[in-house]
Amino acid sequence: MSTETTAQPDLLRLATAGSVDDGKSTLVGRLLYDTKSVLADQIDAVTRASVDRGLATPDLSLLVDGLRAEREQGITIDVAYRYFATPSRTFVLADTPGHVQYTRNTVSGASTAQLVVLLVDARNGVVAQTRRHAAVLALLGVPRLVLAVNKIDLVDDAAAVYRDIAAEFAELTASLGWDPSAVQSIPVSALHGDNVAVRSENTPYYSGPTLIEHLESVPVDAEPDTVGLRFPVQYVIRPRTPEHPDYRGYAGQVAVGTARVGDPVVALPSGVRSTIGRIDTADGPLDAAQPGRSVTIVLADDIDVSRGDVISSVGDAPTPVREFAATVCWLAERPLRTGARVLVKHGTQTVQAIVDTVESRFDEQALAVAPAPEELGLNDIGLVHLRTAGELPVDDYRASRRSGSFLLIDPASGNTLSAGLVGNALEAVRTVAGQPA
Amino acid sequence: MRVALIMTIDLTDQFTTETASDIDALFAGRTAPEDFDTLTALESEAIHIFREVAGEFERPVIMFSGGKDSTVLLHLAIKAFWPAPMPFPVLHVDTGHNLPEVLEFRDRLVEKHGLRLVVASVEDYLADGRLQERPDGIRNPLQIQPLLDAIADNRFDAVFGGARRDEERARAKERIFSLRDAFGQWDPKRQRPELWNLYNGRHAPGEHVRVFPLSNFTELDIWRYIAREDIALASLYYAHEREVFHRDGMWMTPGPWGGPDEGSPLQTKSVRYRTVGDGSTTGAVLSDAADNQAILDELTVSRLTERGATRGDDRVSEAAMEDRKRQGYF
Repeated sequence: MSTETTAQPDLLRLATAGSVDDGKSTLVGRLLYDTKSVLADQIDAVTRASVDRGLATPDLSLLVDGLRAEREQGITIDVAYRYFATPSRTFVLADTPGHVQYTRNTVSGASTAQLVVLLVDARNGVVAQTRRHAAVLALLGVPRLVLAVNKIDLVDDAAAVYRDIAAEFAELTASLGWDPSAVQSIPVSALHGDNVAVRSENTPYYSGPTLIEHLESVPVDAEPDTVGLRFPVQYVIRPRTPEHPDYRGYAGQVAVGTARVGDPVVALPSGVRSTIGRIDTADGPLDAAQPGRSVTIVLADDIDVSRGDVISSVGDAPTPVREFAATVCWLAERPLRTGARVLVKHGTQTVQAIVDTVESRFDEQALAVAPAPEELGLNDIGLVHLRTAGELPVDDYRASRRSGSFLLIDPASGNTLSAGLVGNALEAVRTVAGQPA
Repeated sequence: MRVALIMTIDLTDQFTTETASDIDALFAGRTAPEDFDTLTALESEAIHIFREVAGEFERPVIMFSGGKDSTVLLHLAIKAFWPAPMPFPVLHVDTGHNLPEVLEFRDRLVEKHGLRLVVASVEDYLADGRLQERPDGIRNPLQIQPLLDAIADNRFDAVFGGARRDEERARAKERIFSLRDAFGQWDPKRQRPELWNLYNGRHAPGEHVRVFPLSNFTELDIWRYIAREDIALASLYYAHEREVFHRDGMWMTPGPWGGPDEGSPLQTKSVRYRTVGDGSTTGAVLSDAADNQAILDELTVSRLTERGATRGDDRVSEAAMEDRKRQGYF
C-alpha cells in the first residue's frame, strides 16, 4: 500500500507481458469483467459467436481479440488498448501478444507503461520467457512490476510454490535494478477470479493486496526525475490578431521536470538563455506545469526558438551532440547493418543519421551480450553508434525515458525501424547477462 | 540539415480577425486546473497530438459529423492553438440522411468559430450515378467513396477523426497515427509500432494518415469532459419528446430512410441519442436524461455500449467495423 501523503494521480497506464499459454487473455478478460467494463451487448455478441462456432461455453478471448485473423487463428496478433476504471482510478491497459517472436509488441506496449503485469503459470514458474521479458522491461525502464502467479489453483502445495516463484522473481528483478518496493507478487487464478478483484480464501498464505487493490494504490509518480526541465517545442503560436499582435508562444508538452514561471532556461541547441515569463493554457495561465501537461511557454526575451528546439533548465542542460551510442530494439524485417542511412526522431526533431557501427547484440536466449554482430535482425536488441546531420540535445535514457528515447525511421519507406534508447541501457541488464555489456 | 520544418499558416486564407476575438471570448473567465487529473491528462495528450500534426503535415483536416466525439475533437483543437485560430478546416461527409438537428448544429458551430467547412455529399454521388442506393437503404457504407475523394481532391495528408479505442474491438487495435494507402485502406497487420509519445507521420505521396486524438478517452470520459468544459452539443443528445417507431430493437426517427414500419406505428417517447450517425442506422434510447449530470448518472448504470444500443451497422457481422475500416472508413 502507498504511504505517500500526496494525492495520487487517477490515471495509470499499464501493460501486460508473459508467454502464450499463461492465461493472459483470461486475466485481461477477468479485469474487464470484474470492473464491470464489459457490457451486456458485448457479452451477448461473444455468446452468439461462440454458439456459432459450436462451443459449449462463451469464449472470453473473443472479447479482446478484435481482428478476423486473430479470431480465426485463436491468437493475439497486435497490441490492443483496453480501458477499465474503479471508483478511485482509471486504467489504460496495453494488451500485448505473448509470442516469443513478438518482442516488438512488448516494447511498444511497455514504452509508455508505468507498470507491467508479468504473468507466469504457477505450474511452470519463472521460465526463459519471463527472464527475457524482465530484461526487456528493465531495459525500457518500466518503473513498477507485478508478478501474477496465475493458475495457482492448479498446483499442489500452493503456498510453497508461490513462495519459491516469488522469491526467484524478487532475486531476478533485484539483479536487474528494481527496488524491492517496486515489485509486487500476487498469486491469482484468472479463471476463477482469485485475488484479482476479490481476496481468495484459497490463498491463506498470502496477505498482500488483490491485483485491483494494488493497481488502485500503487504510486504512479515513481518515474525518477533525475534531470530538470525538458520542453521540446512543437509549434510556435503567433496569432497576429489585433488582440495579440506580438504574442509568440512555444507550444509543447512538458517531457521531463517541471516548468515554473520565473525559472531561468536555455534554448537548445542554440544555447541562448532566457526566463519563463508565462505558462499559458486556453483555461488561463499556470504558475507551474508538470510532466505530461500540454502548455504554451512565453519567454521573457525575444529569442529565436522553433519546432525541434528544446527549452531546458539551465543547471543540467544536455550538451547537443552529433554522435552518440544508443541501444536499439530492431522492429523491422530489413536488418540493420553498419553504414545504414536512417532518420532519427527525437522529441519534436527529425534529423538524418548514419549508423557508424553495430557494436554488440543482446542474446535474449542466453541473456548475454555478443560483440560485433554482422547485423541486427527483427526483434534484436543491440548497441550502435549513430552520427547525426544535426545537433540533438539528448539525455541518457536511464536518466529520462522521455528525453532519452527516439525512433529510427526508414527514409525511403517512412516505416518505424527501431525503438532507440540513448546510451548503453544494456548495462542495466548486465547483471542478469552475467558479463559486461 | 533539419528535416522537419515549421509550417507557416496563412491565416488570411481561412480566418477573419473577428474569428480571433471569438476565440478569446470562448475561454474568457476560465481558470486552468492545477490538478493533473485524468481528464487533464487526456486533454494534454490530445493537444499534443494536434500540435504534432500541425508541425509535421502540410494539409490536415478535421472530420466532423456533428456528433459528440467530433464536437469534443473540435473543442480540443481550438484549445491547442489558443490564442491563435485553429489552423485546420473541417470536413463533413453528409449522407443526406442526417437528422435535421445535426445539420443545424454543424452550421451554427461553423459560424461561431469561423471555420472553413468542406462538405462531401453522398446525395451528389447518388444523383450522378457514381453511387447507388443499397437495397437495405443504409448509407453509412456509402460514405467511404465521397470521403476518400474529398481527401484526394483537397490533397489532405492528415485526417483527424474522433474515433475512440473503447468503441469497438477493431478500433482497440488502432494506432493514434494510422497510415492509410492511396485507397484509404487500413491494414491491421502492417501497423507501425507506436513508441513513447513519438508519432511517425511519414507517408508517401497519395497516402495519408488518420489521426485519432481521442483514442484513450472512454464514452464516460467524453461525457465527463463535456460536463467539465461545458461543451454545447447537438440537442438530440439530451432527452426530448420525439415521434419514433421500433425497428430491430432500436427507436428510430422516420425520415427519407423510411418509417414508420408496418406493424410498428409512430409513438411519442422521451428519448435521446447516444451516437449520431446516419439516420437509417442510428437509433435513439428511451431516456429522461436531459442534462449532462443526468446522462453521466444514466451511463454509470447502463448495461449496454453506445454502439450495441444504437448502431445497426455494427451488428451486420462479427467483423463489420474491421471490414469497413479496411475499405477506408474512419
